[in-house]
Amino acid sequence: MDTPMLTLRAVTKTHNEGEENACTALHDIDLSLEGRGVTVLRGPSGSGKSTLLSLVGCLSRPTSGRIHLRDPETAEVRDISALPERFLTLLRRRTFGFVFQSFNLIHGLSALENVMLPAYPLGQGRREIITRATAWLERLDVAHKARTPVELLSGGEVQRVAIARAMVNDPPVLIADEPTANLDSDLVRRFLEIVARFRDEGRMVLMTSHDPRVWESVSVDRVVTLRDGRIAGDEPGPASPARQGGGGAP
Amino acid sequence: MVFPVARRDGSARSGSLSRSPFPPNRAATALVLLAAGLAAVLGTVLDAAFRRGEGETGRGTARMVADLGLTDLALFTEARYTRNPSLADLHTPFQDHPLALDHFPSGSLIGPPTPWGQASLTKGEVPE
Amino acid sequence: MIRWFRVQVLMIDYTLASMARRKARNLGLLLVYAAILFVLASVTLFTGALREEAVRALVGAPEVTVQRMVMGRHALIDRDGLEALRAIRGVQWAEGRLWGYFYDTANGANYTMIVPSGGIVPSGGREAVAYGAPPEPGFVRIGGGVARSRGVAPGDWLFLLNPQGRLFKLRVEAVFPSASELVSADLVVLSEADFRAFHTLPEGVFTDLALGVRNPREITTIVEKAALVLPDCRFITRRDILRTYDALFDWREGILLALMGGAILAFMILAWDKASGQSPEERREIGILKAIGWETGEVIRARLWESALVSLFAFLAGYLLAYLHVFFFSAGLLRPVLQGWAVLYPEIHLTPRIDGARVLTLFLLTVGPYVAATLVPIWRAAVVDPDTVMR
Ligand SMILES: Nc1ncnc2c1ncn2[C@@H]1O[C@H](COP(=O)(O)OP(=O)(O)OP(=O)(O)O)[C@@H](O)[C@H]1O
Ligand SMILES: [Mg+2]
Repeated sequence: MDTPMLTLRAVTKTHNEGEENACTALHDIDLSLEGRGVTVLRGPSGSGKSTLLSLVGCLSRPTSGRIHLRDPETAEVRDISALPERFLTLLRRRTFGFVFQSFNLIHGLSALENVMLPAYPLGQGRREIITRATAWLERLDVAHKARTPVELLSGGEVQRVAIARAMVNDPPVLIADEPTANLDSDLVRRFLEIVARFRDEGRMVLMTSHDPRVWESVSVDRVVTLRDGRIAGDEPGPASPARQGGGGAP
Repeated sequence: MVFPVARRDGSARSGSLSRSPFPPNRAATALVLLAAGLAAVLGTVLDAAFRRGEGETGRGTARMVADLGLTDLALFTEARYTRNPSLADLHTPFQDHPLALDHFPSGSLIGPPTPWGQASLTKGEVPE
Repeated sequence: MIRWFRVQVLMIDYTLASMARRKARNLGLLLVYAAILFVLASVTLFTGALREEAVRALVGAPEVTVQRMVMGRHALIDRDGLEALRAIRGVQWAEGRLWGYFYDTANGANYTMIVPSGGIVPSGGREAVAYGAPPEPGFVRIGGGVARSRGVAPGDWLFLLNPQGRLFKLRVEAVFPSASELVSADLVVLSEADFRAFHTLPEGVFTDLALGVRNPREITTIVEKAALVLPDCRFITRRDILRTYDALFDWREGILLALMGGAILAFMILAWDKASGQSPEERREIGILKAIGWETGEVIRARLWESALVSLFAFLAGYLLAYLHVFFFSAGLLRPVLQGWAVLYPEIHLTPRIDGARVLTLFLLTVGPYVAATLVPIWRAAVVDPDTVMR
């Protein structure tokens, strides 16, 4: 915990650089994230939340600036801003689990098969992967839908299958982009319970949200606000010791 | 346990599906099928070898060819140059005109005879 | 190694699962592919076996056949030529052959009438003959095709009208074994006396001459000498005959393969279209795989497994069916192509022969282009940025 898990220094991201429709989604971002706790990125639509997540999650590379990531296995800090795609992929699959804005399950495959997919390149035995995937589905209470094609699942089930898929390789960091969009309050509450459990297990959760129910949730440690591609605020969340300390001693 | 109801409900429904926690391994099925196919290919090789071994017929045929003094296969019997292509005189397929279409379809399969000539006797890989 | 194998098995599992979504399309593709391979493999196996059979049968053909040519046509040759050939040093034996074609007006078939060589000249050097002893006058031995088309069996009478309209009544002494039909289907073997009477052929002339040599290596020299003695004759050696058949089967195979070429091309276009017509759905899927941690190479490999499995299964099915077809069902589907317009056909029972090099060529020429045709579009789809799924 001495070195932060992730450090961004003066990171700028321009989509379609050099083309007519070039669009700078992030300007000069400085941010560092500890390897634990729940961090919520909030901000209006188009403010660059998803872009920031994809940079942090090694899905894309910054146009300028540096990103350092602490390798969860070797604890070695590496500059990932210029890593070749192959290494980025290897690093990504040990470090991050992703829940995408629209969940992005693969249609036609069953829930179980979807959950198993991220484990395929790792070279474990099929039974081992199935056992693990089933365990995750059980933990998220969708094991009874394991053999169902994902297009037949309800919104909440899809979300939980997506979380199981993100977690199947047991990553230390969960990245979730708008995981609660289109969900009712009950499902949001359940989701936050899951997040709280992950947090208690010592994982780091980084998610974006428009939803006050999310960032006001008791398990959130930190809320970072983005506006027009810049950091407009960085406050401790309800679960943060700083805020609890502040609130507990008036 | 967070959703016991949903879960019991679900396992009741999934009762119609296979109870094994491990869904059938399609890849294994495919690989087994592939291996079976390869084994069958090997089988054809063995079958060919076996039937060639027992095939006295070939030698019998060669004997008949020698005894009767035959020179050709009786594959196409409709015309001189298809019945005995190796003895057909060089002009037979083009009796009417060198570019005339053949009367018999098999003529187009057989192709014009090639004058090998004496010079070609010394080379060539045809088995004795 | 185990790791690699496990990954491949999982990739195949995923590939099959995603193929199962488009079952009809993939099955259709497999079927068309297997059908093309079936035809190609049938032709390859059939011509290969036939070529082999031809070589095995025709090693018994006369070492040299001497044909007299008149005005570019094959003409009868007389006894003088025979004596001239016998005088050449190195000639072991020489004999006149009597054979010819006969069009049977009764059923429209063509027969080949032949007098066994043993019956004309007592051939000193040749070993005792089994088929070679000519029948007694009044008797014939016939090929299976003739027996079938005339409905006769050993012991029956065979009635033949000669070209002058005279009726010949001949007793069928034997029908040649069916194993030899490839060379004997249309044969009518009879005595010299009957042959000459039937075709009103004068004494002392022959269809052509056959000769044997003492030392096969001397054939070239002997043929050169013979050409000086008989300048109006054409000399066909056994090698020429074998080469004729080699070329013949190449030619035939080539024709059929050329005909198939169009179909293959059309299929390749289909394959390309299938692979390159990656729907937005499929592109999205590839993006998802990359985002959840698959490398570009792994995505490509999974997709390549798809084309590899399709083509392997198509090849296996096509080849195995072709083997059954050619060697267990006598290439029934290829017969119409082979038989042309003839009335009388040999019933061929081919001894299986697998030319590994040819089968391998077939494999490489079909599976290779198919996998290659799908590789480029797959690769193009697989290089998408993983962050596309974030949008
Ligand atoms: N691939 C791209 N090409 C061009 N512009 C892009 C691309 N991706 C994002 N942008 C632009 O960058 C800006 C930030 O987009 P981003 O998706 O990060 O916003 P967001 O904060 O996630 O919004 P939302 O809350 O609606 O999801 C937007 O103006 C968007 O149009
Ligand atoms: Mg977004």
